[in-house]
Amino acid sequence: MLSIKNLQAKIEDKQILKGINLEVKPGEVHAIMGPNGSGKSTLASVLAGREEYEVTGGEVTFLGKDLLALAPEERAREGVFLAFQYPVEIPGVSTINFMKTAVNQIREARGLQALDAVSFLQVMKEKMKLVEIDQSLLNRSLNEGFSGGEKKRNEIFQMAMLEPKLSILDETDSGLDIDALKIVANGVNKLKNKNNATIVVTHYQRLLDYIVPDFVHVLYKGRIVKSGTKELALELEAKGYDWIKEEAEVAG
Amino acid sequence: MEAVATTNTLLQLNLKHDAFLEVRKNAFAFLEKAGLPAPKAEEYKFTPITRVLEKNFSSLQPEGNTGKINVSQFIIDALQAERIVFVNGVFDASLSSVSAETIHIQTLSSVQDKNIISKVGSLAKSNTDSFVALNTATFQDGLFIEVKANHKIEKPIIIHHVADASSGKVVTATRNLIWVDENASVTVIEKYDAVGGAVFSSHVNEVFVAKQGSFTYKLIQNDIGERYQFTHTVIHQQNTSHVNCFALCLNGKLIRNNLHLLLDGEHIDSHMYGLYLLNNDTLADNHTVVDHMKPNSISNELYKGVMDGNAKGVFNGKIFVRQDAQKTNAFQSNRNILLSDTAGVNTKPQLEIWADDVKCSHGCTSGQLDEEALFYLQARGISKASAKALLLYAFAGEVIEKIENETIRKYIDGLVAERLNQHF
Repeated sequence: MLSIKNLQAKIEDKQILKGINLEVKPGEVHAIMGPNGSGKSTLASVLAGREEYEVTGGEVTFLGKDLLALAPEERAREGVFLAFQYPVEIPGVSTINFMKTAVNQIREARGLQALDAVSFLQVMKEKMKLVEIDQSLLNRSLNEGFSGGEKKRNEIFQMAMLEPKLSILDETDSGLDIDALKIVANGVNKLKNKNNATIVVTHYQRLLDYIVPDFVHVLYKGRIVKSGTKELALELEAKGYDWIKEEAEVAG
Repeated sequence: MEAVATTNTLLQLNLKHDAFLEVRKNAFAFLEKAGLPAPKAEEYKFTPITRVLEKNFSSLQPEGNTGKINVSQFIIDALQAERIVFVNGVFDASLSSVSAETIHIQTLSSVQDKNIISKVGSLAKSNTDSFVALNTATFQDGLFIEVKANHKIEKPIIIHHVADASSGKVVTATRNLIWVDENASVTVIEKYDAVGGAVFSSHVNEVFVAKQGSFTYKLIQNDIGERYQFTHTVIHQQNTSHVNCFALCLNGKLIRNNLHLLLDGEHIDSHMYGLYLLNNDTLADNHTVVDHMKPNSISNELYKGVMDGNAKGVFNGKIFVRQDAQKTNAFQSNRNILLSDTAGVNTKPQLEIWADDVKCSHGCTSGQLDEEALFYLQARGISKASAKALLLYAFAGEVIEKIENETIRKYIDGLVAERLNQHF
C-alpha cells in the first residue's frame, strides 16, 4: 500500500530525514518510535504534504501513485489521513460544516454524489458513537476551547468520517490522560480492518498497549535504525533509547 | 465667488439660493479658507483623496443627468422596507414608497419649518472636515426623518443612492437629518450602487437619538462603477439610548467613511461594526470616533478587513473618554488579512482617556491567512481555494452575525459568500 524508499527531507537548512525506508501493507499497524528530534513528526508531515518541508530525495508510492507529487488535499482524497499532534483551532468554522465540506469534496473527487444533509447527519451520528463524541462539541467552532482530549477525539471522529486507507497518528497520545487515551485507542481499533493500515507515531510505549502494532520501527537521526515486533516497544520502555543510540552510533 | 487656491475642483461651485443659503454660505466660507485636505493632512494621510479627485473631476459641483438606469436591479427583494431612492442625488418619487404613518419623512428641499432648517449643520459642523463643508455648501437634497416619541418603527427605512455615470461623469451631494425622539426606534439602511464611469458622492448624516431611543444604521457600499465617495455620519446620543452601526465596503474606487458617535448621556450603549472586503485597486478608509462625554456608558467596536490585489484598507479609531465619563467601558478591535503582496492596510487606534475609573481596550492585527489552518483543512481533502474561502468566511462571519435584521443579515452574508468564492 505504502512504499517509502530512501526518503530525505529538510526544513529550512536542516536535514531531518536522511533516508527512510518503510513498507506498509493493508491490515498492518506500524509504530514509529524514537527519541525527541529523531524526525518522527517530520515523517508524518511529509507524508501528509506539509509545505514547509522540502523533500530532497527518495520516493513515496501510495497505492501505485507518486504521493509526493500530490497536493495535501489530493493525498487526503486518495485515502491518506493525518491525525495532528496539535489540531488547529479555527474560530467560526464548526466541525460539522467543516466535515461536510471535506466529505463531499472527497466524494466528488471519487466520482460519487455529494451527501445531502440528512444522509450526512446519519453517517455523522453513527461515527459519533464510535468515538464517543458529543454533538454539542461538533456544533462548536473547530477545536476552539476544546480540552486536549476533546481535540484528539475530534481527530479520530474525523478519521471515522473520512474512512482513510492509511491513517497516520502523530503523537496522538500526547497530553491525554489514561481514560481519554483508552477512548481514542478504542476508536482507532474499531476503525481498523484488513483493507486499511495505520502508522502510529509515538514517543512512549503506553499507547501501544491499546493500539497493538504488528511492527515497531525506531527512528534516530532521520533513519530507521531498528525494526521489530511489539516486543521491541516493551524493550524500549524498559531500557530507554540510549542503547539504540549507542548501537546506531557504532553502526554509523 | 473667489476660487480656492489648493484645487481647481472647487472653482465652479454655485450655492443654491434656497432655505439653507445661510448654512451653505458659512460652509463655503470655511471651504474657501481651508481648501481640500493637503497630501499630508493628518486625517487623510493614507487616502490621497484631493489628488485623486483632481485627476478625475474638473469640478465638484453636483451635476449629472438623472440617467435612465434600471434601479430595480439594486433593490433587495426579500426586504420589507420603507424605500427611498435617489438617482444621481435627485429624489425619485416614482421609485420610492413609504407606508408607515407614524414616521415623518420628507425631502429636505421641501422643508419649510425654520426649526428643522436650523438643524442642518448643527451636528455635522462644516469646520470639522472640508468635505462636510463641501457637502453642506452644495448638497442637492436629502431627507428629514423624524420618529416621534414612543414609536417603534418595525420596517427598516432603506435609502438607495444610485449613481448612473454611463453617459458622463456624475457628482452628487446629499444629506439626511434623522431625529429619533424619546423611546422611539428605527433602522436606516443606506445602499450605494453606481454604474458607468467616474462618480463623486458626498453624503452627510446628522442623527440625534433622544433618551431611551434606539437607532440602527447599516451602510452597504457595493458599487460596480467607479465611485469615489465621502460619507460622514454624526450620531448624538442622549441617556440610555442605543445605537448599532454596521458598514460593509465591497466595491468602489475610493471610500472614505467618517462615523462619529457622541455619547452625551449616561447608560448609553453603542456598537460599531465594519467589514471591508477589497480587491483590485479599491481603497476603503474608515475613520471612527467615539466620544464618551458622560459616565456609565459602553461602546464596542469591531472592524475587520480582507485585502487582495492592489486594494488598500485604512482604519482609524479614536476613543475619547472625558474626565466626567467615569465607569466607561470602551472596546475596540481591528483585524486585517492581506492576501497579496501588493495589498495593504494602515490601522491606527487612538485612545485619549482623561477619566481614571474606566475599562478600555483596543487591539489591531494584520497578517496573512493562517497557513497552519489552511493545511489542516487541506489535509482533510478540502481544496486550497475552498479552504481559503472557508477561513475568510469564518473571519467575516464574526461581524456579519452581529446584524440583527435577518433579511439584511442573509443578504449581506450572500454578498460576502459570493465575493469570497469568486474573487479571492
